[in-house]
Amino acid sequence: MKCFIGIDLGSTTTKAVVMDDTGTPLGHGITNSRSNYDTAALVAKTEALISARLVLLRQELDKSSGLSLSTDDTIDMLERHFRLAQFLVQLKNLQTLCDEKAAEGNYKEDPATLGKALDGTFASLQVELSKLFEPGAERKSDFFRDLAGTVYMEVAEAEADKLKINSDTLINIYDKSIIEVENIPPEVDMSGTFMAALDSTLNADEIQTTDFGQVQSALTKVLDIELEETYVVGTGYGRARLPFPKEHIRSEILCHGLGAHLMYPKTRTVLDIGGQDTKGIQIDESGIVVNFQMNDRCAAGCGRYLGYIADEMQLGLHELGPLAMKSTKKVSINSTCTVFAGAELRDRLSLGEKREDIIAGLHRAIILRSMSILSRSGGVDNELTFTGGVAKNEAAVKELRILVQENYGDLKINIDPDSIYTGALGAAEFARRAVEA
Amino acid sequence: MSANIETLDPQKDSSMLMQKEMINSNYDALTDTANNGKKVCSTFVPGNLNELIQSFGMLNNLPETNAIQNAMRQQSGGMIQSAERMGHSEDVCTYVKADIGMMSKGNIAPNGKPMPNPDLLLLSYTGCFTFMKWFELLRQEYKCPTVMLQVPYQGDGEVTQNMRDFVVKQLKEEVIPALEQVSGNKFDIDALREQMRRSAQAEDDLVWVLESAKNKPSPIDAYFGAIYYLGPMFTAFRGTQQAVDYYKVLRQEIEQRIKNGQGPITPGGSMGKEKYRIVMEGPPNWTNFREFWKMFYDEGAVVVASTYTKVGGVYDQGFRHDADNPLESLADYCLGCYTNRNLPKRVDMLEKYVKDYEADGLLINSIKSCNSFSAGQLMMMQEIEKRTGVPGAFVETDLVDPRYFSAANVKNRLESYFQMIEQRRQGQSNMIASAR
Amino acid sequence: MSTVDIIKRCEELYEDTYFTAAREWKAADPSRKVIGYMPVYVPREIMHAGNMMSLGILGGGDNLEVIHGDAYYQSYICRIPRSTIELGKTGRLDFVDGMLFPSICDVIRNLSGMWKLMFPETYVRYFDVPQNYQDDIGGNYYVAELQELREGLEKLSGNKITDEAIRNSIQIYNINRNLIRELYDLRSEMPHNVSSNDVYLLNRAGMVIPVEEHNEMLRDYMDAAMRLDNPKRDNCRIIINGSFCEQPPLNLIRSIELAGCYIVDDDYMLVNRWLLNEVPSEGNPLQNLADAFIHESADSAAKYCDRHEDVGMYLLGTVKERQAEGVIFAAPSFCDPALLERPMLTDRMKEHDIPHISFKYAENSGQMQPIREQAGTFADSIKLWS
Repeated sequence: MKCFIGIDLGSTTTKAVVMDDTGTPLGHGITNSRSNYDTAALVAKTEALISARLVLLRQELDKSSGLSLSTDDTIDMLERHFRLAQFLVQLKNLQTLCDEKAAEGNYKEDPATLGKALDGTFASLQVELSKLFEPGAERKSDFFRDLAGTVYMEVAEAEADKLKINSDTLINIYDKSIIEVENIPPEVDMSGTFMAALDSTLNADEIQTTDFGQVQSALTKVLDIELEETYVVGTGYGRARLPFPKEHIRSEILCHGLGAHLMYPKTRTVLDIGGQDTKGIQIDESGIVVNFQMNDRCAAGCGRYLGYIADEMQLGLHELGPLAMKSTKKVSINSTCTVFAGAELRDRLSLGEKREDIIAGLHRAIILRSMSILSRSGGVDNELTFTGGVAKNEAAVKELRILVQENYGDLKINIDPDSIYTGALGAAEFARRAVEA
Repeated sequence: MSANIETLDPQKDSSMLMQKEMINSNYDALTDTANNGKKVCSTFVPGNLNELIQSFGMLNNLPETNAIQNAMRQQSGGMIQSAERMGHSEDVCTYVKADIGMMSKGNIAPNGKPMPNPDLLLLSYTGCFTFMKWFELLRQEYKCPTVMLQVPYQGDGEVTQNMRDFVVKQLKEEVIPALEQVSGNKFDIDALREQMRRSAQAEDDLVWVLESAKNKPSPIDAYFGAIYYLGPMFTAFRGTQQAVDYYKVLRQEIEQRIKNGQGPITPGGSMGKEKYRIVMEGPPNWTNFREFWKMFYDEGAVVVASTYTKVGGVYDQGFRHDADNPLESLADYCLGCYTNRNLPKRVDMLEKYVKDYEADGLLINSIKSCNSFSAGQLMMMQEIEKRTGVPGAFVETDLVDPRYFSAANVKNRLESYFQMIEQRRQGQSNMIASAR
Repeated sequence: MSTVDIIKRCEELYEDTYFTAAREWKAADPSRKVIGYMPVYVPREIMHAGNMMSLGILGGGDNLEVIHGDAYYQSYICRIPRSTIELGKTGRLDFVDGMLFPSICDVIRNLSGMWKLMFPETYVRYFDVPQNYQDDIGGNYYVAELQELREGLEKLSGNKITDEAIRNSIQIYNINRNLIRELYDLRSEMPHNVSSNDVYLLNRAGMVIPVEEHNEMLRDYMDAAMRLDNPKRDNCRIIINGSFCEQPPLNLIRSIELAGCYIVDDDYMLVNRWLLNEVPSEGNPLQNLADAFIHESADSAAKYCDRHEDVGMYLLGTVKERQAEGVIFAAPSFCDPALLERPMLTDRMKEHDIPHISFKYAENSGQMQPIREQAGTFADSIKLWS
């Protein structure tokens, strides 16, 4: 089947969307951006293709009857095992690289002891990481880097204690290796891994033999469909670094506008608050960008600002929104400059203001900045679609609703939980149109 | 304003060579005052009284031009930092800081020889508040005679008789006596008239050149390319026979380009197909001038009209130096410079450019250093969008501070902008097609 | 009335971004008009003579949320034009019939044109002043500018502005300037009784109420302040320079005082003190106003200084007159005039061994800790070395 792929190379994450020739999105994938742009793009694309296979499998399973497991459970189960298999490949790569570094003898510990420590570390790592893929287990991230990193720190420390060596050495080896691992282009044997994952569900007794056959035949059928990469369009801040010819590259503004239009056809204004920039985009009834503005050279008030504040207050980024929602008093924070905000924040704390009130004030400050950018781009027209990482923050959304209401009246505000894929979705549609035209 | 474009078509380069020789000759004259005995007058580009200065046999030295030269040679960054170390705020104009930093580094002219100290600071306070403090700062260093010519701002968008009288009176009672005293020469109104007659001649040809951008494709880039064309007119050559000759040759070259259906010459050779016709507001960035330009010609974008090319005089709206009324005409020249016009007038001018030159968009290069240009540009953009329907866009850079040029950022915005114009165009033609 | 009551009233006026007092003044008589003006100086006598109140617009302070104003300005431009636009766009100035934008810098200059585009119904004038101080050159130009202003205001209000009326207004403003000078003298004499917080707020009140009312207020305050007997602290005496346009948050002024500095002179709201001596109320009133401007006016970075020898001498004179021990250069971020002039002023201070420090602020600066620290250290160092 013909597939159209959009890849959005952002400053923090790289996203991909696969679309069929009717314009229906089949799947999407995401990975953290890294120094090697090709690899980031390839990983995201592979992830999107995996997710497309799962979507096709879901359609196939829905057609077949008599399964004792629900389609949701089947997909979930298969995906877990698939992810685990993928993870173990990466873990193995990581171990090989770590072993190589240990053997180079550049550390004060002797290579043999280090090798032993790494063996132990990776043995525990495999056990611990496998647990993350058991039924019902929660994963805080889907990125190998995040998951492996957290667990590695814990088990390496224990292992270092055991062997009386400095855990910093193990961590140093890890830090050097993880970057290399991330830049190894993924080589996923899609069919092989899927089939192995299915076998593994059987071995884990998660599937009954009666179901197994049916799922196997559905999976085989889906895997037999050729997903032909008909056209790829790249976008995002790093688009110029993508290994694509120029006609395969579109500005993220255009992709974002079109993506928002596809998600919500009545959208006329798009607000995107990402890590490094804020965009206000105006689009017409067919998703064509008619005007846009970005934050000026000063990146004050972007997503990164919240990250900085979270660090200042020693909180997780995801904890800021819920904390701000507890606010009962309005505190106005004037500085959206990341450099000054820290000082202002400490000043407020020393004056006895409550943390939640200050944090709520910070959210308002960010949204005030965005309102100015929207105003620059031509205001807010019904409907407004809010995208980007900050759109996931409930306190930011709350302030946006208030300020939009105050300044532009009762408008419909759309927020899609998958809004992070807006740009990639638009890019995929551009790919589709490029061939259609 | 005076560096040279390399990689030119061989038959097209005579104006370029002339221009380069002229600019070099002025630096040679400036750095040779010990031998040629000439007196040096430092003054600013907007509202510069070159004809008057020349009529006293003095040389004209323009600090902005020096800062530009230094920026194009990647020297300005160090100069700015050295001025900041001396206590100048990071917030203020980098022309000023590059100038002060240049002094602290021996005041070396682009030809490698030391620049003489000015004999007179002629503060033509036209369209820029910073000029006033700039020369107060220079006066502190050079301790030389300083004379100010205050040019009132066109607050209501027009030149009143009171303003004109005020400027003429200052010319008669302050500026001319100062020039007489420093040069040792008596004021010779006929010499001034002669200069001004030649100015008007050259101005005619310059206007023709600028307006040639109304052709499709445009034979010139009226921003990046026009910087070179304006060099002689904005600096030490207006009023000279050299300038008259230069603009004649330039005009002939461009006539030929039009006949051949050629687009502008760029550092990358002749430009490809003209895809976007842009009106530009704001000065260029000088530290990354070519890189910035390349972002345009690589995309097929050509600037068809710009306001920066009017800072040293707005000739395309009718003004000519008038030898019959020399002092009044000099007053009108100063009062009419672009940044001395109020915002509504600036918007009117941009609107006219967008329409007359059939532009696809208005692009603003917003300069951190220059509040005279920059304060209010976002509103100007909105007004133009409202009045003409063409989309505006905004990039931010600085004049000569390399720390303030983010190529990735600027390129990202320009690409988005050009693609948006393209997409809107396609959307419109689709609509027309489906209406059929 | 106690000083506390008077200052409470001033604080209410200061915080009221809807300018209720001026609205009420206008509503009381249909022939009245209100003319807004920005720093640093306008001849308020001419408005007064035409039954118009001049309303000082000094930005939006630290409590105004700026949305629309920010949409018009890049990050490298100061704050006062943003918050001023916000005041306009949010209807807070909807009762204002005219706006004057004095020649102070390119940002305020351009704001005059923006105002014309935004509020085409309002009388907008860029108020130019001479930088040439010769009577027959700059003086004549200025008289003609004043005449144009007078005619514009006559047309706007329908009120004839007679010479007689201007002479009368000059007298009233002479009283006001005199009272302000007395207030500054009093603070310099007894800074423990007359705090900078109070002086600042009294000056601010003069921006937004009729001058007659302000005169009374100043008299009442000084009568009450002289009777106070606050303890005199071991503070050092400093002068604030560079704050003539965008205003610091009140907290900043308080912080400087709390850190151990008595502010004995400043350049906040210079319009109240721009003309240094009594303006003659006989003869041609416009000529008198022009003469006062040309020959006997205060200094600020918005002025051109004719001779290098005179640069910074006004400030130096104030230091001597007020027996100040140091100067704090406090300028708004991105303020061209103040920041361009600062190196020349600090040179002059160095030449005369006057201790000084510099920092920047914005009208909505939120963090005071660094200000307290710098001012405190400055005060300590002056005490240690003097």
